[in-house]
Amino acid sequence: MKVKKVTIIVHVIAWFVALMWILPFMGVFMASIRPYSEIIRGWWNFSSFNPTFNNFVGAWSHRDFPLSQGVLNSLIVAVPSTFIPLFVGALAGYSFARFSFPIKNYIFLTVVLLMALPQQSVAIPLFQMMMKFGLVDNFLSLILVHSAWGLPWIILFMRNFFSALPVEVEEAARVDGASYFKIFYKIVLPMSLPALASVSVLQFMWVWNDLFLALIFIYSDSMKLATQRLLYIGRTGPYHLDWSILSAASIIVMIAPVLMFVLLQKYYIKGMVGWTIKG
Amino acid sequence: MIILVLFPILNTIYISFLSSKGEFVGLDNYADVMESKDIFDLEGFPKRPPLGAFIHNMIWIFIHLPLSIVSGLILAIILRDVKGSSVVKTLVFLGMVTPMVVGGLLIRYTFEKDVGIVNGLLSFVGLGNLARSWTAYPDTALFALIFGSVWLWTGFSMILYSAGLATIPKDYYEAAKIDGAGVFKTFFRITLPLLRPITVTVVTMTILYELKIFDVVLVATYGGPGKASSVLAFQMWLYAFMYFQFNRAAVVASLLTVLTTIVTIPMIRFVVKR
Repeated sequence: MKVKKVTIIVHVIAWFVALMWILPFMGVFMASIRPYSEIIRGWWNFSSFNPTFNNFVGAWSHRDFPLSQGVLNSLIVAVPSTFIPLFVGALAGYSFARFSFPIKNYIFLTVVLLMALPQQSVAIPLFQMMMKFGLVDNFLSLILVHSAWGLPWIILFMRNFFSALPVEVEEAARVDGASYFKIFYKIVLPMSLPALASVSVLQFMWVWNDLFLALIFIYSDSMKLATQRLLYIGRTGPYHLDWSILSAASIIVMIAPVLMFVLLQKYYIKGMVGWTIKG
Repeated sequence: MIILVLFPILNTIYISFLSSKGEFVGLDNYADVMESKDIFDLEGFPKRPPLGAFIHNMIWIFIHLPLSIVSGLILAIILRDVKGSSVVKTLVFLGMVTPMVVGGLLIRYTFEKDVGIVNGLLSFVGLGNLARSWTAYPDTALFALIFGSVWLWTGFSMILYSAGLATIPKDYYEAAKIDGAGVFKTFFRITLPLLRPITVTVVTMTILYELKIFDVVLVATYGGPGKASSVLAFQMWLYAFMYFQFNRAAVVASLLTVLTTIVTIPMIRFVVKR
């Protein structure tokens, strides 16, 4: 079979683009495994090459802002902030899909609008509210706000998913005398595991990656989340950054979302596409 | 949800009309913010940045929107028939799953003098005298961030367009081929019109991203040097949580609320119509 010239060109372009695209990531990786003195003339410079693990150790057990604590804090926030809205959103989405309300369309419109707003639109009243309840510098405030903030799109996503499920099975169960809740837990939930996976992957990543809400709610050093600590690690002076230790820290912070994406890509893309297009 | 989302939005708008002592002062805060040059700084226009956070956001949209969407679409089309395209897609999409803080650090690192690859490539093609820390100068900081954010965001339009392309039946293209339509005619008459719903979504989400941009600016330039790369979301945070001027910050937040709402309405109408 003759390979067309166009095909070859397209392949070359595609792989060239991919290479260019990951250059910055390669830079971070190379910087993280080499001492800073080696990369000040560029990480692509290999006149001396002494791979080391010290940068990772340095970032993980940093004197003032250890990332070990940051990763733990981020997990304490991200896990409940994923499962609370997942649970509530699945229930609400199910009722939106199966029962009809007269104002359903308006709720839908509100939900879409809420999804579009920046967190800056709610930051001040939320801060004042949490201040009043003594929840500033408390993970609970972050968990509450992240859960509420994630709910609109989770409800929408789950509603779309449940609407596409065949109702016959549920009706058959109802004829056999099963209650609504029993139907939901025994039949609907097991069928919706892929959708729930998509939702959890996206929601977890958003919470993990968030910086803004963490900045406004968490102030004491020991409680700072992983993303916040990147603002302190590797600062050797007002204008000088130690890119080696900072790169290692960056990799530690991004490893969770990147691994999740690579392993659960199918669910991630489904969530992304469903969240934006089918809405 | 109503307590934690809906009420705060309205309350923010209310706060923007109050003085710091809680009295109703009408548009005073708005006038105050406009005079401060933080949002609009057009004295002596045209000039280089700082031009004010709002104008910076507009420049961001003006450059970032066409670049990221067109490159995402081109990549989606090219990668449709490439072997190993899923690997390429994954690599391009990495920018989307990376935390934006890390994204900002990566941009700064990539554009930094000596250690950054951009300057390395410049000297490689013989333009070494241009090498500098691009994010550290007022006339280039904003643009370095914008191009960096194109790099981070292109994966989004690529993935959505790829999903959209997969839904177009192959017969359409065969029919067009039989009718003698060329590559460009096929693209403009078949591919583009059929991708319209996706384009509406991608454009909307991309403008929202450009309006909400925050982490990248904070970590890469801190809005500087001298406000030259400040944006609305960042300015809001500075007012509220660095200077504790909640009423001023509420003005910027309300502006963001209005802008994002305006941007979202066409998408909602489009979805509802279908």
